[in-house]
Amino acid sequence: METKKIAFLGTAEQEAELLAAIDDMRNLPGALMPVMQKAQEIYGYLPIEVQEIISDAMDVPIEKIYGIATFYAQFNLEPKGKHQISVCLGTACYVKGSQLIFDEISKQLGIGEGGCTDDRNFSLSSCRCVGACGLAPVMLVDDDVYSQMTPGRVEEVLAKYA
Amino acid sequence: MDTITLKIDGIEVTVPKGSTVLEAAHAAAVKIPTLCFLKEINEIGACRMCLVEIKGSPKLAAACVFPAADGMEVFTSTPRILANRKKTLELILSNHRKECLSCVRSGNCELQKLCREYGIEDENYYAGANPEFRIDDSAAHMVRDNSKCILCRRCVAACTVSQGIGCIGANERGFDTNIGSVFDLPLAETSCIHCGQCITACPVGAIYEKDSVDDVFAAIHDPSKHVLVQVAPAVRAGLAEEFGKPVGTDAQGKMAAAMRRLGFDKVFDTLFSADLTIMEEATEFLDRVKNGGTLPLITSCSPGWIKFCETYYPDMIPNLSTCKSPQGMFGAVAKSYYAEKEGIDPKDIVMVSIMPCTAKKFEYQRPEMNVNGLRDNDYVLTTREFGRMIKLAGLDWDMLPEEDFDLPLGLGTGAAVIFGATGGVMEAALRTAVEVLTGEELPNVDFEDVRGLKDIRTATYEVAGLTVRVAVTSGLANARKLLDMVKAGELEVDFIEVMACPGGCVNGGGQPQVHASVRNFVDIRAERAKVLYALDQGNAIRKSHENPAIKEIYETYLGEPGSHLAHKLLHTEYTPRKINGNWD
Repeated sequence: METKKIAFLGTAEQEAELLAAIDDMRNLPGALMPVMQKAQEIYGYLPIEVQEIISDAMDVPIEKIYGIATFYAQFNLEPKGKHQISVCLGTACYVKGSQLIFDEISKQLGIGEGGCTDDRNFSLSSCRCVGACGLAPVMLVDDDVYSQMTPGRVEEVLAKYA
Repeated sequence: MDTITLKIDGIEVTVPKGSTVLEAAHAAAVKIPTLCFLKEINEIGACRMCLVEIKGSPKLAAACVFPAADGMEVFTSTPRILANRKKTLELILSNHRKECLSCVRSGNCELQKLCREYGIEDENYYAGANPEFRIDDSAAHMVRDNSKCILCRRCVAACTVSQGIGCIGANERGFDTNIGSVFDLPLAETSCIHCGQCITACPVGAIYEKDSVDDVFAAIHDPSKHVLVQVAPAVRAGLAEEFGKPVGTDAQGKMAAAMRRLGFDKVFDTLFSADLTIMEEATEFLDRVKNGGTLPLITSCSPGWIKFCETYYPDMIPNLSTCKSPQGMFGAVAKSYYAEKEGIDPKDIVMVSIMPCTAKKFEYQRPEMNVNGLRDNDYVLTTREFGRMIKLAGLDWDMLPEEDFDLPLGLGTGAAVIFGATGGVMEAALRTAVEVLTGEELPNVDFEDVRGLKDIRTATYEVAGLTVRVAVTSGLANARKLLDMVKAGELEVDFIEVMACPGGCVNGGGQPQVHASVRNFVDIRAERAKVLYALDQGNAIRKSHENPAIKEIYETYLGEPGSHLAHKLLHTEYTPRKINGNWD
């Protein structure tokens, strides 16, 4: 998988917070997972720069961290955008064509599942049912629900948040 | 010893308590097939090839990790088992790029062998996704082609467990699982030290060395070039395996004959420059001891170890011997001393180096590895590539006579030949250092304390009023342990030998790949080392400083060990490196 490089905006305060957390946890058995969770809590995602901090501070190979980060769905390798788009691919929305909505958004923004635009304005993910099957197909931008979506309406919806 | 008795396919067998079913079956002369299992480093029971039936249990058990128990009855080849294994193979094949005619492992592939044994009729029985992977040829020494990877994780175990590096691992999950590096970076941007242990661990053709066979053939047949070859000690302990001979076969004489028939202008031996290394390194050691230099001195023959030290222990670079490796020294001498002696323009010399090592492919390209502006070496071949050259040239291994090397650079001592086994460099250095210190002949040149396969060996010698404390290790996970002990002050030593590969160069990443079915039951490190120790015993000269060719080069060219010219040609420098962040 080729991941697009989005500028890392971590601060010295965030790094200090992570290093302090590592110091607290380093002697726990199986400390790596909770450290990674803490890092994601601090930074919102686990870019290579953050994995490097963990690797250096804990003396674990960075590949081991990456292997875990790509194994578990809970870890993000890309940041969350200012606006988080979520397209329902649950059964009802899916049979009403929500994959086409997802694909159209993906095409217009140039990002895939879990991706974030270069300007960090949008990130995209899919979800499984938002409990609004009667309105299928459904997409969300942050807390706004867009019902009975069509690929043709994608541009107009995104424009509201641009 | 506590033992247990069980039945394997109806045959009673008694084995030590704690044995696995696989080991018990081996003791009963029954071979259970394995793919992922590598003793001690990859005992994960993942590939499901070794499934067996155990009486009273409805489930099949993975023999490689299932503990044998007293009174157990195991069935290893029932129709149910055979059908199961066949299906496992078909499923592996469904996602394996099957280019078996052109694959570098064809004929020596563990998957291919099992498919033949299990009578796979249709290799495309299941059509898998067969995703495209980028071929990673970024590193100096190897290529990874994940389209052939069967996800056994043996390479990961070699990198992580044996070598303590872990620059490769399993990424993603489920069908997307693939072996690679952080953020799919090219291997060259990771902390890989080029040892090639992953290559010798791979059961299939997913990882292989960069091949220079064609380039070397072209050089040999270029009439304007004077093509020299040097061959490392450990190659003679492994090469015969490329021709189906058992592990532990001595190939020295046939090897020389083969090189001559391949058309090299002179057939030389890295043993010569191993002796030269001892002269320089023993002198350096005594100099550091007498003049308060940085101690402990650590050997510098193993380029995988050197890159590991530069990357993981940059603070210990001052401890490294400044001696080039024997490979580097040989090229430097060939393109200076030999060229002058023979009246050949060094620019016309092509120096080919045959090594049991893939890190040597990285080493010879290091910018500082040069002599008067020329590369010390021009091509580095592994033992495996050498085997391929011999086959390509149609040389009949069994018919090859045993021949000697050419003089003067083909002359080496018993001290030099043991460089190929862990402890060998230390022993060779001790033989010379002790005689230099005492001025008397050693009553016994065998330093048994530093031999063998124990993770870390230490010994203390009292020599002419001087206490010399030495430590020897191999495998970089072990080296890490040793260096951490030294840094913590838990172990005080004056001289350390480190070889990157477990067991030393005999088990180098460029040596013939031995199937796990053999490796799991025969210690290939020990068997190959025996070849070298026998050659040492059989050599009339067993101390580097008594090599007449070495005496001559110092008398007529270099002057004294450690002289200005010796430093210029035979010594080098190191570069601190980073573990992470090489991708910035």
